[in-house]
Order: sequence, then C-alpha cells, then structure tokens
Amino acid sequence: MQVTLAVKRFDPESGTNEQYDQEYTLEVEEYFTVLDALLAVRDYEDPTLALRCSCRASICGSCAMRVNGHAKLVCKTKLINVIDEQGRVRVEPLGNMPVVKDLIVDMKPFWDKVRAVEPWLQPEGPEPEDEYIAPNDAMIHLTGVMGCIMCGACVSDCTVLEVDPNFLGPAALAKAYRFVGDPRDDADESRLKSLSAYGGIWDCTRCMECVQACPKGVAPMDRIMALRDKAISIGLDNTIGARHTDVFTDSVKHSGRLNEFWLIPRTLGMFNPLSLPYLLRAVPVAWRALRHRRLPPILHKPIPGVQNVRRIFERVENRK
Amino acid sequence: MAVYQHDVVVVGAGLAGMRAALAAQKSGADVAMVTKVHPVRSHSNAAQGGINAALTSRGDTWDDHAYATVKGSDYLGDQDAIEIMCQEAGSALIEMEHMGVIFSRDDDGRLGTRRFGGQEVARTFFVADITGQAMLHVLHEQILGNRCRVYEEWYVTSLVVEDGECRGVVALELMTGQLHLIKAKAVILCTGGTGRVFEPSTNGLVVTADGQALAYRIGVPLMDMEMVQYHPTTLRGSGVLITEAARGEGAYLLNSEGDRFMEKYAPNMMELASRDVVSRAEQTEINEGRAVDSCVFLDLRHLGKELIETKLSYINEVAMDFANVNLAEEPIPIRPGNHYEMGGIKTDVDGRCSVPGLYAAGECACVSVHGSNRLGANSLLDTIVFGRRAGESAAKYAKEASDKPVPESAIAADRDMIKAFLDREPSDDTPAKLRLAMGQIMNEHVAVFRNEEGMQTALNAIIELKERYTRLPVKDKGQVFNTNLLFALELGCMLDSAEAICYSALARKESRGAHFRTDMPDRDDENWLKHTLVYQTSEGPRIDYSPVTITQWEPQVRSY
Repeated sequence: MQVTLAVKRFDPESGTNEQYDQEYTLEVEEYFTVLDALLAVRDYEDPTLALRCSCRASICGSCAMRVNGHAKLVCKTKLINVIDEQGRVRVEPLGNMPVVKDLIVDMKPFWDKVRAVEPWLQPEGPEPEDEYIAPNDAMIHLTGVMGCIMCGACVSDCTVLEVDPNFLGPAALAKAYRFVGDPRDDADESRLKSLSAYGGIWDCTRCMECVQACPKGVAPMDRIMALRDKAISIGLDNTIGARHTDVFTDSVKHSGRLNEFWLIPRTLGMFNPLSLPYLLRAVPVAWRALRHRRLPPILHKPIPGVQNVRRIFERVENRK
Repeated sequence: MAVYQHDVVVVGAGLAGMRAALAAQKSGADVAMVTKVHPVRSHSNAAQGGINAALTSRGDTWDDHAYATVKGSDYLGDQDAIEIMCQEAGSALIEMEHMGVIFSRDDDGRLGTRRFGGQEVARTFFVADITGQAMLHVLHEQILGNRCRVYEEWYVTSLVVEDGECRGVVALELMTGQLHLIKAKAVILCTGGTGRVFEPSTNGLVVTADGQALAYRIGVPLMDMEMVQYHPTTLRGSGVLITEAARGEGAYLLNSEGDRFMEKYAPNMMELASRDVVSRAEQTEINEGRAVDSCVFLDLRHLGKELIETKLSYINEVAMDFANVNLAEEPIPIRPGNHYEMGGIKTDVDGRCSVPGLYAAGECACVSVHGSNRLGANSLLDTIVFGRRAGESAAKYAKEASDKPVPESAIAADRDMIKAFLDREPSDDTPAKLRLAMGQIMNEHVAVFRNEEGMQTALNAIIELKERYTRLPVKDKGQVFNTNLLFALELGCMLDSAEAICYSALARKESRGAHFRTDMPDRDDENWLKHTLVYQTSEGPRIDYSPVTITQWEPQVRSY
C-alpha cells in the first residue's frame, strides 16, 4: 500500500531556527509500523532524516514521537491504524521538550526531573544476608510501575507541563511511586514530603493524557493519585492540594454541590499569612466575575435531596 | 577540542558497563562511562527470561550449575571461568536484589524461580519476562545515586594506544559533532554483541559490534567468534524475541503436523534442551517441510490466561503487537533467529585483554564461560559477575598506573576518517544497503547449519562489501546528531566483526555447539578442543588457537 509520511523536520544548522514539514510518499507492506516506514525513508531515500530507535520491540523507549498529534512509540504503532483515507500520517517530535534535530528531542529536562525524585532504593538498617523478604503481590504490583521504559510519551502530552515547566511530571512521579510502594524502601515520609511541595503530586490536573499516551500501561496519573492518598494517610494533609481535596469533599457532603466562593480561600487557608498574596491575587478575578455577574453565590444553599448525597458519603465512609 | 581525563573509562552502559562502573567507583577510582545511547536504552533491556544462580542457602549447588554450563558450552567453555561465575552468582544476584530489583517472589516472600533450558533444576530468578529491563533500570538508579559521570550519546571511534598500552578513547559527541579525547589509565569495553551483523536478529539496531572491532583493530585477538547463537523462538520477519521462559513455564514446540517434535531430538529435556539443540531441531523440521511459512509453533495455550498475563506479560504484548497472535488462544509461529555472540574480545577472568590497560566484559568479551553455546539466563549473570570483576581489576590497575602522556594528535586519524566520509563522491550506496546485504548473506550461510562452501561465499561477500565500504559516502553533512555518519561508523565495526566470524568459522573443521557443519557433523575433541583466535594484521586476518581450560569435567557425549 502507498502511504505519505508528513514529517516535522528541524535542521539546527540551517540558521532559520524553524521547523518545516516534509512529505515522503512510499510503498510499504500492510504490516509495517510507523518506525518501519521511517526507517525505509532514512535507510533508502533520505539518510539525513534523524530519529532515535533501537529495539523495535517496545522495550528500549527510544522511539517515542507524536503521531497525528499524540505521543506514541512508533515501533509498536501500526501504520494501518493511524493513516487517514489518503494514506497520510503526521509524525512530529515529542512535545514539552526542546527539539534537537528532526524527530530527536533533548531529554535532559526529563532526566533532571527523574533524578530529582531520588530514584534509588533507600532502605534503613543493615542489609539482610540473603534477599529482603517481600510479599509477591507487592512485587507484582510494582512490576506494573517498573514496566515504565522512560520513553517520555507521558511527559510529551502532559497538559500541566505545557503551562508550568516546574511540574515534576508523570514519568518522574510514577518513578517516585515505585519506591514509595516498595516494601523494602524506608524513605516514604521524606519522599512524600518533598513530593507534596510545589511542582509535585498536587499539581496534576487529572487530565488523563499521560494514561492515554503511556505505551506500557503504567498509568502514571493513577500512581500520582495513589501518592496523594499515601501522603494524606501519613498526615501530610496541611498542603494546598490536601486541603483542596478536603474542602471539596466537605462542600459536596454538606450541600450536594461545590461551594465555589469559599473553595479558594479555604484551600489556601483562611488564617494563613503565607496565603495572603495568593488571596489578593484572587481579588481582581472575583471583581471581574462580579462585573459579569458570574460571581458564585456567597450564600450557599444545599440542593434539594441533599440527604441522599450525605447517605452516599456515609455508606462510603463506613465501608472504609 | 576538549580533553577529558579519568582513571577508568567504561565504554557502553548496559548491564556489564554499569556494573563495572559501579565496582570501579566503589574501589575508589574516578570513573566515567561513554555510551552511544542513554544507559536505559541499552540492549540489556531486551533480556527477558531471567538470571541463573545456584543459591546455596536453599540447597542448590554451584557445581551443578557449572556442570550444566560446561555441558551447554559443548565443553568449549573454560572451566575455571565457569566455576568463578557459578560460585559468585549467588552474591551477585543478592547484590542486585539489595540495590532494588523487583524480583518475583514465592509464597513466603523469598525469591522465586523458574526453569530454563539445559538445566534440570529451577534456578532462574526473574522479574516477569522483563528481567533485563528491571536490572538495567536499577543499575541506572545506582549510577544516578552515586553521581557517576556519563558521557551520554558519545560514540567511541577508536582506542588510544601508546607504547603498547591503552590510554584512553577518542569519542564523537553526537549532539555537537565534536571529537573528544578522553584520557584514561584503564578502559573497559562493555559494548554488547554483534546482532546487527545478521539480518534478521533479535538484537536492537544499536547492537553493532563496536567493541569487538575497536579491540580487533589494535591487535587484540577475538576468540571463538564462530560461535553465534540462534535463539529457538523468534518472530519471522522482524526477528523479535519470544523468551525461553515461555518453555520454562511449560510451553510446547509443535510442527505443522501438531507433533511435539522435540521428542525425536531430545527425549529427556524436550523443549528445554540447550538452545543449539532446539534450534537445529526446528531448522530440521522446517527444512523437511513440517512447517508453515518457514515457521514451527510455540504453544502456550495450556498455561492459561492468568499465568501468561502475570509471568509472561511482555511477550503477550509482543505477540499481539508484532505477530497479531493471542497467546492464550493460538500457537505462535516462530523460528530460530540470530541472538547472541558467544565469542568476543579475549579476556582473562578479571576482564584483562592482551593490551595492558584494556579490559572487556559482557557480551563483547569472551572469558570464556559460554563456549560454543550459552545457556539461557547465563548472559545476565555473565554481565554482572564479570562486569564487577573487570571494574574492580581496572580500578586496581589504574591506582597503580602513573599518568602517562597522550599526544593530542591521537585524535587526528579519526578526524581524517570522518572527513573522508563527508567528502566522498555521492553514490547509490547507503550504510543501510551495505548492512542489509551483509546481514542477509551472514544469515544465509553462517547460521544454524553451515558448510565450507556457504561460509566461503559469505566471506567473499564480506570482502567485497568491505571494499565498497571504502567508497561509502555520508550524505548528511551536518554536525548535530548526524545519524547517517554514525551508521557509517557502526557499519565499519560490523564488517570487521563479520570478517572475524567468517574466518573463525572457516577455521573450525568440526561441529560443536552452535557451530554445526553439515560437511563435518561430528565433534572432534582430539583436534578441536581448543579456542579459535583471530587477529587483524596488515596482511589480513590471522588465525591462532589457545587451549581450553578443563578442571573437573572431561568431555563426554552430549545429549539432552
């Protein structure tokens, strides 16, 4: 079959500093992956096309790229599943990382963040003579996270990183979870404490993009949520994120809906001098909302039938 | 040009490289790794099934493991080296567990095992079917934690030799296109196998025999290069690997008539006979027409969905993605495919090569523990045991060595070589075209079954390709990430290794392990119980031999 690869290219030595599109039309077999097609171009048509790849079997993590706008490992992406009616597919470098050349990005920021979560086992006390005794269930569970091949697909498509490059991001946080969840690691408290700070677990907006992008089923967002639970469970509840969760829950429990007016002040902490600048920053927003008659009601009334909502809460809380 | 200096420079950052770097660092050396890909992209990732170790604390014995390895090697492995590997296996394994590898456990929370080929005892420790990845990432964590210096995406173009000693490397920084001189008191080559010399291969595209060629070019002998392992279960076309752990967990091999044909070839061990035996059996079935599209079948259906999804989850994914097969419901077509180079840079048990200051470990080295056929799950063990030993001995050597001068002109030849590629007249040849021609001819004639005529055909073709290589142009003239240039440099290494493989294979006039000659089908201990060595000289490759070390197991008839 005939396909057209529309490749976003970049030549750092051209002096223009601009990416450009180049189309390659070629005959391929039906079973070809996007990587097979890219290599057919690089090997036989245009040896200047630059990309990273190695194992061809979704384990080395080299070949993550954007295909039709979404990050994928191109070695396990079948062409037939991504071409349009005209046989066309768009291939671009990963997002949220600087482009070095063509489809190659600079992964240094990615690795800096992985390094920042101190990704090595930190046990306490003397090592046992033999192996650590650990339940197999815990190990099987961790193997699911350990399956992360550090390809960067999740980071590419993370919507938080798009607006705040300080966010540790899904890959580094999933890596952190791998240690917090490890029964042999004894640094949970310090890990969770630093992960609760700005740029950490509470900065995820739960957009699910990372879960969708991950080619290995690691589901980074689920790991971030699990880290939040663990942080709260060890008493790290005096953070903006944890308070936000509490305020949200309280509000729905008591009125059946969200009390938007008080959400921000109570999340920030009403009597917290440190939160004053943030509160002041909210004032113009509130003023604009008022002018456009969009200010949430100051008096917050429960919805009819709120007792049913409370009953749900009771049932859930009792189950715990 | 910048000049860098370290006590120990490790080339390659797979399992052997990182294990060597950590050991050298722990011994007090200033260590740096030079690697053409980020460490976690290394091909150690692709090791699936597990790692062998006889844990004495649970009643296993190292000499049982050693005997299985000796027999597996068809008696070509050096028994002193095999004894060391099997004795140190337990501590090396436990060390990895302490570093954080998430090994599968049994019901008591202790390390769990599975069976692997060529062994009667279940002594293979594993992380589902991603054992290599699990170990590789953990070693990288340790590299990060210990702040070991890594020159990432730097490609070593040559070893610097002065006064007969190895004193560093010249490396191309891919990000900038600059050549650098890295001085070192000791250099450890841990660059992996020769997979891409063959097409297809289970190996990743980065496995291009770099270290073997670097050593070969400075006169270090390559040993037993004819011993190339064909793995019994690889996918047609791409050559992607399906782990031996599938058979370890109980999968069957079936021919097109639905028979478990291993009954004929290895009635005792069946599917878990040594890899050379199983690959030959499969190839015989295929050649005699009991196959479909040149494939026999691996049948996992009776293992059940749950076992497949927990213990074999990666190959479950691979089978679906790359062969469109649901392992729980249908057998998967497989065939023997190029997988592993038993031979390599000749070293002693501490990784030392014939040139002072040069060390090697892992697949690029030949200690030799695998002889003419490696047992499954012994390669990971090889990397961490001999990686550690090479790191320690290189650090010790570096401590005692004094600073010796290295002229900065050491870089000139490499600069000229690169310039020559870029300046050449355009032609239709690309690195990929030459590599494909090499890979196909090697896979046709230097594979499971060999004969004089075929091997000579392959050698003639390699000589011709080497000649074309001298005229190969690089079309990309850029400095930044010139992967076209990188491929051309790698191709030079692959052609040198292909030549060494052909010469060694033609030299060995018998059949042993993976080297099976249809024109000389018997093992000949009287004349050939010896290693082949191939040297590069100005008059072309020269063959020599060295004796096999036998400690306690005299050669016997080998059957499974």
